[in-house]
Amino acid sequence: MRDETTLTNHLMDDTDDWGEKRRTVLDADELILNMGPQHPSTHGVLRVILKLDGEKILGTECVIGYLHRGVEKIGEHRTYTQFAPYVDRMDYVAAVSNGLGYCEAVEKLLNVEAPPRAQYIRVIMAELQRIASHQVWLGTHALDIGAMTPLFYTFRDREEILKIFEKYCGARLTTHMFRIGGCQYETYDGFEKEVKRFCDFVEPKIGEYEALLTTNRIWVERTKGIGILNGDDCKALGVTGPVLRAAGVKWDLRRAQPYEAYSKFEFDIPVGEHGDTYDRYLVRMKEMYQSLRIIRQAIDNIPEGPIMAKVPKIIKPAVGEVYHSIEAPKGELGYFIASDGSTQPYRMRIRPPSFVNLQGLDKMVRGMLMADVVAVIGTLDIVLGEVDR
Amino acid sequence: MLDQLTSYLHTQGLTPGAANSQLWALIYILVVFGGVSGFVMVINWGERKMLAHFQIRLGPMRVGPHGLLQPIADALKLFTKEDVIPEGADKGIFWAAPVWVVLTGFTTLLVVPFGLSHAVTDMNIGILYMLGISSLGVLGIIMAGWASNSHFPLLGSLRASAQMVSYEVAMGLAIVSAILMTSFTEGWNGTGTLSMIQIVEAQRIQGIWFAFKFFPLGFIAFVIFAIAMVAETNRSPFDLPEAESELVAGFHTEYSGLRWSLFMLAEYAGMVAVSSIATTLWLGGWMRPFPNLLSGPSWDLAFSLVPALLVLFLAGVTIRQALKMPTHPALRANKIGMLILGLIIAGVAFILFLPPVFHRTTDILWFCLKIGFFMYLYIWYRATFPRYRFDQLMRVGWKVLLPLALGVLIVTGIVGLRAEIWAWSVQVAAAIATWARGLFA
Repeated sequence: MRDETTLTNHLMDDTDDWGEKRRTVLDADELILNMGPQHPSTHGVLRVILKLDGEKILGTECVIGYLHRGVEKIGEHRTYTQFAPYVDRMDYVAAVSNGLGYCEAVEKLLNVEAPPRAQYIRVIMAELQRIASHQVWLGTHALDIGAMTPLFYTFRDREEILKIFEKYCGARLTTHMFRIGGCQYETYDGFEKEVKRFCDFVEPKIGEYEALLTTNRIWVERTKGIGILNGDDCKALGVTGPVLRAAGVKWDLRRAQPYEAYSKFEFDIPVGEHGDTYDRYLVRMKEMYQSLRIIRQAIDNIPEGPIMAKVPKIIKPAVGEVYHSIEAPKGELGYFIASDGSTQPYRMRIRPPSFVNLQGLDKMVRGMLMADVVAVIGTLDIVLGEVDR
Repeated sequence: MLDQLTSYLHTQGLTPGAANSQLWALIYILVVFGGVSGFVMVINWGERKMLAHFQIRLGPMRVGPHGLLQPIADALKLFTKEDVIPEGADKGIFWAAPVWVVLTGFTTLLVVPFGLSHAVTDMNIGILYMLGISSLGVLGIIMAGWASNSHFPLLGSLRASAQMVSYEVAMGLAIVSAILMTSFTEGWNGTGTLSMIQIVEAQRIQGIWFAFKFFPLGFIAFVIFAIAMVAETNRSPFDLPEAESELVAGFHTEYSGLRWSLFMLAEYAGMVAVSSIATTLWLGGWMRPFPNLLSGPSWDLAFSLVPALLVLFLAGVTIRQALKMPTHPALRANKIGMLILGLIIAGVAFILFLPPVFHRTTDILWFCLKIGFFMYLYIWYRATFPRYRFDQLMRVGWKVLLPLALGVLIVTGIVGLRAEIWAWSVQVAAAIATWARGLFA
């Protein structure tokens, strides 16, 4: 009797716990398959070593680091201001959220707070970015499962968000939108109107994606009961974000530790039930609607006033350390900064949601089939730039 | 010599095979193979274009007007690519696999009846022959996967073999129920036929396409076949053997250049072959629609003009698009090319209007239209559906389609023989009554 969960991750070791050679169902040899780093659906340069019995997964091992750029180390050799653009390159699908988290962490260290108007602009931009990130996730996830068309629909609608970003700060992808202490730019003329128009434009489009997938028989069969990660597993692994909420845990940092102006808005935290791929899909779809709700409230109540707090030209925080985390589209994005009183951080440590969420992969796919691996990688919504940093 | 050449032309309603004219059989083979190869190029362009329009893109636009020359450019690129055979591959089998696949893919087309006399030959086991040869194609896929000596192709070819073998069962049962329907033809003494041409003839004599016979029985069998044929040709949503997001490119991961294009050619030829089976068995082959509802010589004439009118419409669209092109020096060549193409298509349409021509080609065009309908479905599926997982695919094949096809077959038999069954049960009842009366007398 061999319990599959007792399998170690030493994939090349083909002996069982009693030192005998392992036998698979058909008494055939196990197949070690290298999925990636060049593979169409490992979302970049993830390499997963799969141990297969036919199509069945006996174990996996993730090999990461192909996109490692030493972001944290770079942070220790740049001034606080200089480092801000670098964080955009981690989760390049949600650059605004990265920048937001970093700016807030430094603000916390400096003990300053962005003025209300800047906070509202930040919320609007971060929520727009959340929608954009979820759209990229949906398109690629559906493409992994074989539906190629939603990708183009989501990218068409994401384009409108990027246009708003471009108009606001000049960049589309790696925006470097916020500054320590507020925002650099005032909103452009007609910004409110344009964002509102976008909200009205994208709401039926999200319904369009749902019409293609939510009740699609094949989609439901491919996602229901696949890659289950229950609440306890999530907590044990430190998994956060939609993956955690889909497991029924109502944990959203926007509500749990409100930052910026989030305490002023009404919004629901969508939660799932079973923690499977379908629930994660539903949670993210609902989150897009909630983001729209937040954006609408923020646009209606945006206050007048300055957009920059009083921050010295040369940032030299007092000796100390700070950990600040925000709810990025993919989960808890945390920055730990230790200051030695100089212009550069003494230690910079980033807690990326993708990296932590990726740890759930092995638990989710063990015993599943080969095709489920790509579905689960898609549903975890990892960005390798953030995993490897 | 001349007599030999023209002898076939005088035998009306016979295929070259049946008329024992080897020369014309050869000509037909060349025409069919060339035609299908050309069709593959057109459908290749059409698929990319249609898929693009489903996905709010433009598709190929650069090579030629509206990307019309794209398939030619692709073919040139593929032919001139380096011929790569992986180091550890079994070279002989690696070389033979695409050839085998193309061979089987095209050989099936020998018995496809594009018209009453427009098949290379008419076999009395035509449909069986098609099934048999097309199922040999899987051998080429296994060869490709095995010879590549690589994990992804191996998994792909394992999937392919399991999938094609299991869907052939449901497919075969659906076909049998259509063949059973041929045996209900008046004057055939209850004998059915496996000949592709005779199957269409049976539909003509019965005056109904088998897709609508014993409604909904024929239709269910047709739908089962239409699903199974997608699985049989490894197309989305059953494209597991070449599942791009899982197995990179499945069984042809290691293939490139000419060999890869042979796999593509075989895939599309296979699509044409199974579509033509579906057309022949359920959609009345080369016959025009509504033969009963809109009958009479004038309707016959009107319908026989439809294909030519469609070609004319195509020419109109082409010319209109050409005229709509912006006047810019860079686009002049494109514009002129498109105009010339439109005029060529218009010329073809006018030739098709000539009475001796359209009388002979109208059935071919109807047949091609019906195949085109299936091709459109293929592309539509690909744009819409996610991909099935392997076990789900197997479940659909064995647990849904197979019992359904079996049930349809049995019910078709019962419904078809209801008069005989009724007469037989009356007889049995009468015999029992007589016997019972004897007991009490």
